[in-house]
Amino acid sequence: MSVDIDTVKRVAHLARIAVDEADAERMTGELNTILGFVEQLDEVDVTGVEPMTSVIPMAMKKRADAVTDGGKAADIVANAPASEDNFFVVPKVVE
Amino acid sequence: MTELTRLTIAEAREKLAAKAFSALELTDAYLAAIDAANDKLNAYVAVTHDKARAMARASDERLGKGAGGALEGIPLGIKDLFATEGVHTQAASHILDGFKPRYESTVTANLWADGAVMLGKLNMDEFAMGSSNETSHYGPVINPWRAEGSNADLVPGGSSGGSAAAVSALLCAGATATDTGGSIRQPAAFTGTVGIKPTYGRCSRWGTVAFASSLDQAGPIARDVRDAAILLKSMASVDAKDTTSIDLPVPDYEAAIGQSIKGMKIGIPKEYRMDGMPDEIEALWQKGIEWMRDAGAEIVDISLPHTKYALPAYYIVAPAEASSNLARYDGVRYGLRVPGKDIADMYEQTRAAGFGREVKRRVMIGTYVLSAGYYDAYYLKAQKVRTLIKRDFELAFDAGVDAILTPATPSAAFGVADQAMSADPVKMYLNDIFTVTVNMAGLPGIAVPAGLDGRGLPLGLQLIGKPFEEETLFRTAHVIEQAAGRFQPAKWW
Repeated sequence: MSVDIDTVKRVAHLARIAVDEADAERMTGELNTILGFVEQLDEVDVTGVEPMTSVIPMAMKKRADAVTDGGKAADIVANAPASEDNFFVVPKVVE
Repeated sequence: MTELTRLTIAEAREKLAAKAFSALELTDAYLAAIDAANDKLNAYVAVTHDKARAMARASDERLGKGAGGALEGIPLGIKDLFATEGVHTQAASHILDGFKPRYESTVTANLWADGAVMLGKLNMDEFAMGSSNETSHYGPVINPWRAEGSNADLVPGGSSGGSAAAVSALLCAGATATDTGGSIRQPAAFTGTVGIKPTYGRCSRWGTVAFASSLDQAGPIARDVRDAAILLKSMASVDAKDTTSIDLPVPDYEAAIGQSIKGMKIGIPKEYRMDGMPDEIEALWQKGIEWMRDAGAEIVDISLPHTKYALPAYYIVAPAEASSNLARYDGVRYGLRVPGKDIADMYEQTRAAGFGREVKRRVMIGTYVLSAGYYDAYYLKAQKVRTLIKRDFELAFDAGVDAILTPATPSAAFGVADQAMSADPVKMYLNDIFTVTVNMAGLPGIAVPAGLDGRGLPLGLQLIGKPFEEETLFRTAHVIEQAAGRFQPAKWW
């Protein structure tokens, strides 16, 4: 499978990465090189093979449903580029 | 003072306990070495002089009371991927500009609890994506090794290039690193240092910036096998904050060093003999086989038939997980924000400016393979191939093999800004051909220096073990180290 420049622009938008015409063109070539490389997997017969979901067989650990942490709003927003009264500030999202 | 930086962790530990010098003297010796070398090697992206000295003074106090921990007063470098409270933590990316976490990663917290001293944060490929440390926002790390009679700058490998270069150039006693496809073992091989990627689940991933969560694992880079064992013992733990952390006690890895390997079965996989592999790598591998045999191990030929599919499967699984993990960098909660005409444009502009080319490439591949209509063809298929790769190893271990010996890398260190590799991303990816299988199967792997090539550059061998049998790796790697000796670059910086 290979991608064309329109697919690259669509994927870039899905990935929320702004690209200009030159970026998209360069990425099309790079992505096709990588997709060409992974095409080797078509040689492998995976009939009846289970996909790996956990590399080490283990049951997911669960903890008691109890409050163990909190009260750290100031710490959480401390690194935000913009915050106000312990809220993250973003451009307006509703009209 | 420079003599102090020549000591291994084991030697420094003994001398600190005997009060031959203070922890502060040892830390000051390293800080002076860093200040003199870092402009040339670019191994550190942040040096924490004041914090290091404060930690060393606290260590001296504890040592004075006879209450020193396992790493009391030992100065370490920390890969920029580990969250360190109040200190530069950016995964060497522009998008995390100014990020200083309000928390400490479990791995580094374990080290500080054992008395270690932090010298600073180490350079790396951006978000650990790279094999040459050239994708860092802070510029490439320069390998302390140079080819004989040459002044050309070589890469230290990646992504833990800063860790490997700093250990090799004696700019820290040991370093933390992480390995998603070979990022501990390949740079260790390129710099004549020892690097171990433990079994998936052995070190907590909590507080480590995520790249590909099902593959990422922390481990040490050290000057010798014993130091690697000492560091891993402190880094590893059972952690309630990481649900993939394994509930097994951490063994005393150092105790395994020096134990005989007589009667052990060492597997030699024929699939690791690649077309176009330099003769020197093949010769080194044969030497390793001889050393194992001389130490009483039984050598058996094995087959791992899906080896060649590990790298292509990795370049689906790792980017897919990365595209999901890196979705959090949106200019809202931390790091860089580039304004846009609306919120979606702000996300797009921030990510366009904040991510480097390699990171964008991988996020794009990951987004594509997970997008509607392609999931089964790519991601699901790759996860099935992963099952087959793991099964290859299980069959070998079930047949009685204790460890597997392979080359660590297909070549020695290459030049900075190598034309062929910058023109073709896949050429760069092939650096991890021998190491990536281990991540795909979740196994432990250690890279140990085994010799120099014709140009005087270090080459490494890799040993692969059964899950949670890191002790076997320390035992076998020590045999190679005893036979091969240790390797130190000539100082030019």
